[in-house]
Amino acid sequence: MNEVQARSPSRTERAWRVLDTVLDPEVPALSVRDLGIVRDVIDHGDTLEVVLTPTYSGCPATEVIEHDVLAAIEKEGLGPARATLQRAPAWTSDWITEAGRRKLNEYGIAPPGPVAADGEAPIRIFGRKTLPDVACPRCGSLHTERLSAFGSTACKAMYRCVSCREPFEHFKAI
Amino acid sequence: MQSSIAVKADPAVQYMLRIGDTCLILGQRIAEWCGHAPVLEEDIALSNMALDLIGQARALLTHAGALEGVGHDEDQFAFLRDERDYRNVTLVELPRGDFAFTVVRNAMVSTLLKLLWERLGESSDRELAGIAGKAIKEARYHQQHAADWVVRLGDGTDESHKRAQTALNQLWLYTPELFEADAVDEHAQASGLGPRWADLQEAWQAEMGTILAAAGLAAPQASAFRSTGKRGVHSEHMGFMLAEMQHLPRSFPGAVW
Repeated sequence: MNEVQARSPSRTERAWRVLDTVLDPEVPALSVRDLGIVRDVIDHGDTLEVVLTPTYSGCPATEVIEHDVLAAIEKEGLGPARATLQRAPAWTSDWITEAGRRKLNEYGIAPPGPVAADGEAPIRIFGRKTLPDVACPRCGSLHTERLSAFGSTACKAMYRCVSCREPFEHFKAI
Repeated sequence: MQSSIAVKADPAVQYMLRIGDTCLILGQRIAEWCGHAPVLEEDIALSNMALDLIGQARALLTHAGALEGVGHDEDQFAFLRDERDYRNVTLVELPRGDFAFTVVRNAMVSTLLKLLWERLGESSDRELAGIAGKAIKEARYHQQHAADWVVRLGDGTDESHKRAQTALNQLWLYTPELFEADAVDEHAQASGLGPRWADLQEAWQAEMGTILAAAGLAAPQASAFRSTGKRGVHSEHMGFMLAEMQHLPRSFPGAVW
């Protein structure tokens, strides 16, 4: 028998798989891994440490996610576990995985484009006219417009599609 | 009744409270718009920005507690200090006024915070640099949103222009305080903790100038008036605000949702 196949998955490998099943409570289309907030899983022998990076400073989901992650790991018998928050480098929407972007789109939320390299550029007066294109998650049209810079959660803005007339949410590039 | 905590006079703690309280108090003022903004989109926007600011304040107050080293946590700092121990600039404690007053103030404060976070990203304090790395993204978005509105109101109808200019005239009186140098700032500069706020003034004036020019608004003449919130001497509005913020944790110590 092949040695690699015979080896049973390690505690950390199993923990990573469990993390695939822990969903973001506010965007339940995505797992915490899809969202790109799990930095590391470290086996300290006695405890398992999960290192998380928060998305927005004021995101109320952060504490719920922490709780859900630990509960899922302990339920799988991989505990005791603890979560630590790592702020730097700051989370960016560029860390959302390809699978995560696809799931967002299927869920009806337009995924973020790449974070603009001009993040430090001066403010845009009449910024609305220079917004990047956002494709409608329903019909794919780029003929869309922003209705509101902010949405139902910190990470989203409101858009509408001028082609199919449907409103939709856009996960902000940040 | 829960009694007040005493806060160490340590300059690093004071510098942290100065930023944390400015975020906390503006967050509280902006949150007052929840359910009252002129349109739903702005109701949501203001609530979102308040959440970001309060999230930033939580991180900063927690870190102030770590630097102080006597076991104070974010809640004790937020709810159990006397008025004189709050270190926010007076500008953010002024009542929310009308929508023009709110967006002009948001443009002023988010421009200041954006410039500050940019510099704090290079702080010798790694925790503070980490907080800044996150907050800078939020502050940029807040500034862009506020600037859009200042232009829209200033360059809008006669009524919106009049209200935006009136707000600017009132708020401008409180801007010298932002850039006044003192020992806390000097200490932060010397230790590598963060910039003197005075060093942000030139960039702040340039960015505000761009926004105001596009909005057709004019900054009023400088005045001799000086507000002193950063030193803990606040306007008459602060006590009323704290009474509302502190009532529950003072009367019901340890209360949770």
